[in-house]
Amino acid sequence: MSLHLQRQINRLKDMILALGTLVEENTEAAIRAIETRDAKLAAAVIERDNEIDQKEIDVEEECLHTLALHQPVAFDLRYIVAVLKINNDLERIADLAVNIAEKVEFLIKNRAPTGIPFDLPQMTQKVRAMLKQSLDALVNLDPEIAEVVRRTDDEVDLIHRQMYQHVKQAIRQNPEDVELLVNLLSVSRNLERIADHAVNIAEDVIYMAKGDILRHSRTHVIPKTPQS
Amino acid sequence: MTRMTHKMPSKQDQPPTGHAVEGTASAEQPGASPVAIPEPVSNNRLAAIARGENVTSLTHDALKKEVPVVEVKNFNLWYGAKKALFDINMLIPKGKVTALIGPSGCGKSTLLRSVNRLNDLIDNIQIKGDMLLNDDSIYGPGVDVIELRKRMGMVFQKSNPFPMSIFENVVYSLRIDGERNRRTLEDVCERSLRGAALWEEVKDRLHESGLSLSGGQQQRLCIARAIAAEPEVLLMDEPCSALDPIATGKIEDLIQALSGEYSILIVTHNMQQASRSSDFTAFMYLGRVIEYGPTLDIFTKPLCRETEDYVTGRFG
Repeated sequence: MSLHLQRQINRLKDMILALGTLVEENTEAAIRAIETRDAKLAAAVIERDNEIDQKEIDVEEECLHTLALHQPVAFDLRYIVAVLKINNDLERIADLAVNIAEKVEFLIKNRAPTGIPFDLPQMTQKVRAMLKQSLDALVNLDPEIAEVVRRTDDEVDLIHRQMYQHVKQAIRQNPEDVELLVNLLSVSRNLERIADHAVNIAEDVIYMAKGDILRHSRTHVIPKTPQS
Repeated sequence: MTRMTHKMPSKQDQPPTGHAVEGTASAEQPGASPVAIPEPVSNNRLAAIARGENVTSLTHDALKKEVPVVEVKNFNLWYGAKKALFDINMLIPKGKVTALIGPSGCGKSTLLRSVNRLNDLIDNIQIKGDMLLNDDSIYGPGVDVIELRKRMGMVFQKSNPFPMSIFENVVYSLRIDGERNRRTLEDVCERSLRGAALWEEVKDRLHESGLSLSGGQQQRLCIARAIAAEPEVLLMDEPCSALDPIATGKIEDLIQALSGEYSILIVTHNMQQASRSSDFTAFMYLGRVIEYGPTLDIFTKPLCRETEDYVTGRFG
């Protein structure tokens, strides 16, 4: 492969990893802000999104330049196309983190009523892990870690569905709390969407590494272990 | 190098001040064809060129910031009665790679060869305008062409090592200048071969014939020979067209590596080669420079529709 293209790909890798780190940090901060009801931290998350948006545009332009000037093929082509898509997913994750941060102020003013079994810690823990693993998979081009992310998504979906049922029930019982409950549900939904984007990233990593497109399929690259 | 010359009877020779005749149909019924067949907007400039009208070339602002090594000023060239270059104005930036692209017969090689006056060897050539090499006139009266060519290196389509050893090939220019110091010659030889990314492959066989190398190595040997004289500008006329993809990749890497230290002007049929290895690209068509700008802009968002059509393969 041409040295110039190799350098260009390394540059893209640095750029997408820098963006990934920034998005991971901001998502982490948004989750912490909601857990600790920290308005200042939430404001910082919203502020930092501008930087992420700019980086997303930079990565996209760099990808397009590389495609136009170097006509990459095989792994190089898959890599650049996957980076373009991962770039998009990271930017969306950052937007969802902002959505979560925007709920903090409301939740500070309105304490959650007792009796809503919103398992926020369990959900955030899983989403954090998924995002981290999807980025680890990207760093190491490791389809096995990517596969773990795909599987964890089912668990996050389950928690979100339970949350939905709880909120529905609670609204029936305490209609006056509807605004609060809808906001809680929104946090859960945003977390669930972050998990979905982490899965997209993981699937793109599998595409980079192996060339298989696994979207919309339940096929697992690595056979499931009995306990999972 | 020999090349076909179009010898025209002397009575048809056009003086440099005269109007060029570009095809017989050009001056006939100038208003008729647009009415009968409306030209698409995208072809307006091309149609204007075909009618023999003057078309201004579009030079991107980014070039204004560059320090020129070669300046082409209102350069026109005729092969006998046929005009091959029309009012070319270009700055070739110092320390950068500039590529000339365009369909066959658009004048890119003619322009390149005009820089070191190789076209002087062709009969019936007429020139109007000038070029400057680091502010020194190339076509001015009294210019010593040999001295001028010593300041430039040239690499041709087909590698042309001299029938002598690899070492002697590289230091040839120093030899003819009378350099006898063994140490100097060896230093220049190593530096040039390293510069041409050939040192590791030939360092143990410097005294074998240059013709014993593979095609790609021979071309890199020619590049080493060209850079041994530390030229102010390196001219390359389709340097990869006779090479396989691997050797081509090596030369392209080399061109990129040489940029910065050397100023390179390269003619290429291969648009991808221009996109991969140059900093600036000029698109030529029928003897005119249509658009000239940073390679990235030419290949991602050209300003002219004609350039867009050419780089996307819609014509040419």
